[in-house]
Amino acid sequence: MRAADPGVAGPGVAGPGRAEEPRSVEPARTRPSPPDDRSVLAMGVPDDLDLFTQMCFLRRFEERVDSLYRQGLVHGPVHLGLGQEAVAVGAAAVLSPGDYSLGTYRGHAHALARGAPPDAVLAELLGRQGGICGGKGGSMHITSVAHGYYGSYAIVGAHLPVACGLAWAAKIRRSGQATVCFFGDGTTNIGAFHEAVNLAAVWRLPVVFVCENNWYMEYTPIGDVIPVALPAADRAAAYGLDRIVVDGNDVAAVRQVVGDAVGAARAGHGPSLVEAHTYRLKGHSAADGAAYRPAREVAQWRERDPLLLARAALGAAGTAAEKLDEIDEQARAGVADLARQVLARPAPDPAAAWADVWSDGSWQWRN
Amino acid sequence: MAELSYRQAVAAALAQEMARDDRVVLLGEDVASGGVFKTTAGLLDRFGPDRIWNTPISEQAIAGAAMGAAMAGLRPVAEIMFADFYATCWDQVANEIAKVRYMTGGQVSVPLVLRGANGSGGLGFGSQHGQSAENWAMTVPGLKIASPASPAEAFGLLAAAIRDDDPVLVFEHKALYGRKEEIGAGEQFIPLGRARIVRPGRDITLAGLSITVGTCLAAAGGLAADGIEAEVIDLRTLVPLDAAAVLGSVARTGRLVVVEENPGQLGWGASVAAIAAQEAFGALAAPVTRVSGGNVPLPVAASLEAEVDVSVPRVIAAVRGVLGASRLPGVSQFSASQQKG
Repeated sequence: MRAADPGVAGPGVAGPGRAEEPRSVEPARTRPSPPDDRSVLAMGVPDDLDLFTQMCFLRRFEERVDSLYRQGLVHGPVHLGLGQEAVAVGAAAVLSPGDYSLGTYRGHAHALARGAPPDAVLAELLGRQGGICGGKGGSMHITSVAHGYYGSYAIVGAHLPVACGLAWAAKIRRSGQATVCFFGDGTTNIGAFHEAVNLAAVWRLPVVFVCENNWYMEYTPIGDVIPVALPAADRAAAYGLDRIVVDGNDVAAVRQVVGDAVGAARAGHGPSLVEAHTYRLKGHSAADGAAYRPAREVAQWRERDPLLLARAALGAAGTAAEKLDEIDEQARAGVADLARQVLARPAPDPAAAWADVWSDGSWQWRN
Repeated sequence: MAELSYRQAVAAALAQEMARDDRVVLLGEDVASGGVFKTTAGLLDRFGPDRIWNTPISEQAIAGAAMGAAMAGLRPVAEIMFADFYATCWDQVANEIAKVRYMTGGQVSVPLVLRGANGSGGLGFGSQHGQSAENWAMTVPGLKIASPASPAEAFGLLAAAIRDDDPVLVFEHKALYGRKEEIGAGEQFIPLGRARIVRPGRDITLAGLSITVGTCLAAAGGLAADGIEAEVIDLRTLVPLDAAAVLGSVARTGRLVVVEENPGQLGWGASVAAIAAQEAFGALAAPVTRVSGGNVPLPVAASLEAEVDVSVPRVIAAVRGVLGASRLPGVSQFSASQQKG
């Protein structure tokens, strides 16, 4: 079976009845729905307007980063999350401060959605003082442990085993902490994915693996390099896991589905593998013009931009368009201020290159 | 006092640290079953299934899970059954574990231990189960490396590795697992980064690690019959490297032979030799010499293995070559055997 062509039958493009409708699969186990008193909204998680506000900020932040990159102000590569904001925001909405999450080199949004300070993230990208990793990680390694975000990993698949370890620690301690691990569609072809999902299933770890299927592994359509229709969902059965697909551009849907999976993890029901269908509005990296993607496909996905979907949902629920415009305008202005402020900072002290090797503060390997 | 084998010393170190610190947890293939080298024997019964976890054959998952658990504040000890298998999880070791503290600007520490069977030792394990792999790790800043040469060191260095706040790879020599030694009563602990002079001598310094410490001692015994007094240094750890111990010894002897079991191509001995050449040049009476394993994949047949493994005669020949080169008064000149290492 060939994979779905994202331009023709991709999620959210072809409409209801598309191939990605979760098919009936014999569940590996019965997964109870979270009880009402633990429903995500009852837990005080962000409401739809909060989520929209966060997504606006992430959109304008990444657009600004793109612009700064083109001005030569970002040192090193950048992978933008433009268009994929709903996955980061919807999932972060169901996490508590003590929960763990991890992402990829396309990780700015995941760190910010957990609460990482935007000025520290931007300073890291721009190589200025106060960078969240002290200038030693850069765009691909944004990390904010203080906010539960245990890192962005630049080797495809590497962090799935690490997520297992965080979840294993939570299981040993019976702490109730959940771990959510984000990765791309291309990751499902690397060995670490399979080792990690298998281990998580065998050990029944409280971890939720969230595949952000944006339909391209770097420059190649994912359908060209997988023997099944869906990269993660169609592999779930191999690990005794349910086949879970969500519209990754619908932030409320992500919040619900990931919330259910996180609830299952906390309740001791083991791991979940969620495939969120989304699309990146730009290339693989900021240096990539993405000319390999058909214009029609891009146009169709732009119609399902997560911000547009959220606006439509909020509008239908009665929020005035002016209110939404105002939120977006505040995000733009906030990001512009942020860039001005961070660009005014000096570069890190070169001596910092020698710090943070060993835990005792030293870097020497010999006496 | 109790006599422990090297493998029993590993298990005793794990037990000592698990009893001392409930954050210490074990994972690896067959570890709950005692381990294929019996280095975790008895630990499941004593500490229970929350502390010792069998894994699938999945070295990436093992190493990565250890890293994640360490970042979460546990002190995992993961068994990588054969050091050769580091090749199957090298991304986790070299790109993740070694670098995550630095890349995050010190937001996390990774207090973990990866340990397992290393080395040739003439046991016929061949190219994929008999390598001495310390060198692989030594190219990567951010990893500490311990290679115990005796049961007491297997005990004390592993205890220190577990207590260390940074990632430590402990390379246990599989040919030493049966070696026995009296170990003192009470807590065992040998700090990382301190070499030990195991035999004093005035004429030449022999620097060894793990199994080659014994090779050096045997060579020193043979040389003593000819009136040559070799000082033998057990490096114990490569990172941190006790370079001062080597330089101090060379300052006294003026001569250095470095003996490593791994192939000589970019072996750790090259780093030790370079340090001596740069920093003890004035004290050196002869060129620094290395004795290394052959620069070939490891063969299995005993005669072929012996051809390429480090051996006592090769060390003695190297010493005589050095002494000849330095024209030690009263010592005749010998030529070193052809060095393919």
